[in-house]
Amino acid sequence: MAAAPIITSRDVHLYYGKHEALKGIDLDFNPQQITALIGPSGSGKSTYLRLLNRMNDLIPNIKITGDIRLYQQDIYASDMDIVQLRKEVGMVFQQPHPFPFSIYDNVVYGLRLAGIKDRAVLDQAVETSLKAAAVWTETKDILHESALALSGGQRQRVCIARVLAVKPAVILLDEPTSALDPISSSKIEQMLVDLKKDYTIIMVTHNLQQAARASDKTAFFLDGQLVELNDTVNFFTAPAKKESEDYISGRFG
Amino acid sequence: MDPIRQRLLKKSRQAKLEKRGRLIGLLCISLIVLVVVAIFYFVASRGLATFYHDKVNLWDFLTKQVWNPGTKDSHGVPAVGALPMIVGSFLVTIFAALVATPFAIGAAIFMTEISPRRGMRILKPVTELLVGIPSVVYGFIGLTVVVPVIRRLFGGTGFGILAGTCVLFVMILPTVTSMSVDALKAVPRYYRDASAALGATRWQTIYKVVLRAAMPGLLTAIVFGMARAFGEALAVQMVIGNAALMPHNLVSPAATLTSVLTLGIGNTIMGSLENNALWSLALILLLMSLVFNLVIRWIGRKGAVKS
Ligand SMILES: Nc1ncnc2c1ncn2[C@@H]1O[C@H](COP(=O)(O)OP(=O)(O)O)[C@@H](O)[C@H]1O
Ligand SMILES: [Mg+2]
Repeated sequence: MAAAPIITSRDVHLYYGKHEALKGIDLDFNPQQITALIGPSGSGKSTYLRLLNRMNDLIPNIKITGDIRLYQQDIYASDMDIVQLRKEVGMVFQQPHPFPFSIYDNVVYGLRLAGIKDRAVLDQAVETSLKAAAVWTETKDILHESALALSGGQRQRVCIARVLAVKPAVILLDEPTSALDPISSSKIEQMLVDLKKDYTIIMVTHNLQQAARASDKTAFFLDGQLVELNDTVNFFTAPAKKESEDYISGRFG
Repeated sequence: MDPIRQRLLKKSRQAKLEKRGRLIGLLCISLIVLVVVAIFYFVASRGLATFYHDKVNLWDFLTKQVWNPGTKDSHGVPAVGALPMIVGSFLVTIFAALVATPFAIGAAIFMTEISPRRGMRILKPVTELLVGIPSVVYGFIGLTVVVPVIRRLFGGTGFGILAGTCVLFVMILPTVTSMSVDALKAVPRYYRDASAALGATRWQTIYKVVLRAAMPGLLTAIVFGMARAFGEALAVQMVIGNAALMPHNLVSPAATLTSVLTLGIGNTIMGSLENNALWSLALILLLMSLVFNLVIRWIGRKGAVKS
């Protein structure tokens, strides 16, 4: 994988008021790979992930320095269009909560925002996205029923389909399976592996096995710093840093 | 008996307290239920007397337009057509709700979505203050400010549906606003985040997700405001003109169920037709408040199923 990184970040600091939550992160992401962000809770994984599509912007008293680029474009530049950025960089959250609408309306939400009204286009997008999110067979007959009636795992996959419909280049996932049962989790994990040929996937996970199974690269965060970025295989078999070794062997975190 | 068994069977102090508490609670509830039933029975027995004792036809009562319980027509049937008051009540209620709703929801959006800090600091105490003002004050302001302004703008006396609407609008606005605020606040944060992450602007998020998710709560707020407007007596009575006539425009004197009731009930003799007819109006009011209640519950249940 010698492809140029799609996202680069250099010396990223983030302060919540006086509290420095990120202390200088240098991290790049390659296309068609899954990068897992791991680390103890409070180490800044979510904070970093949310920087990548500017979900932190509205938090009061926040200060962000450093340089984050998508396709070499500084995403914190003053002329950057946040709406466009978020179409390129989609996000899936921990809680499997679709909107309280029908499954169909959930999936086309982003397209309708963009002004697409053509029924055929929307229908097609619904089918493709739900298929890609591996939830088409369960939902194809109940597209117009409330998405809230689905099981947790199905709801999370609808949430993923909702992101896929917008055709982003990058998908951010913040602990997407931590609210789900093991079977639903592994289905979603498998689906992500299938998706990576078309997307750049960045996933926060607290589940080390999941990181080891599903990701190509692993980035280990500790106390607002990036301790190690390594190929996943190397990270889990021969970590470069002492802290990494301690963490994966369960000595803290 | 072995001691463990004995200990298990002995009633603990907590269990006894629990039992006593439940008994007291039950007593209180029974009392409330009794009061409600008594009110219904009383109003119904008086209100229905118009129909079975004074032989007024129910349909005539609801659809005739002449309200003059003291006089009888050529067939000896008293002139008790309540339609003008029914229409008056519904008109002021609906107009007040129509005007108040956009203001209330707009203010609620400002307080929860646009500027929560400033909104909560200024608008919240203001609305709470407004809720606490007695209705006679609203009526008085209506009488001294709203009525003269309407008189100047539209001619006539200034009294009428329009003046009633204005006063009720101000009266229900705080209630509807604060209930709308609660409804919007109850929309979970993750809906907003997810919408923003899909490329929605803040405004798109508000009207496509937040308002839609809050819809049951917002409807409840509106119906609640309508119930309050429908039942408000004093303030409306001060500005509506109190003429039991079909309102032909918004600035001619009219009447509502409540205004006729409060004006008339002290001047009639218990058991007379005039008195019974007023109780019939009260019965309509009671039934309508029941309807409002049912609507609110129904909306609540629909909303509960959806989320
Ligand atoms: N909105 C916020 N305001 C203030 N501090 C925050 C906020 N969000 C996170 N933090 C703090 O930043 C640090 C990193 O949090 P987070 O990124 O959520 O960690 P992780 O996702 O790795 O568990 C924590 O100390 C947390 O308390
Ligand atoms: Mg987190």
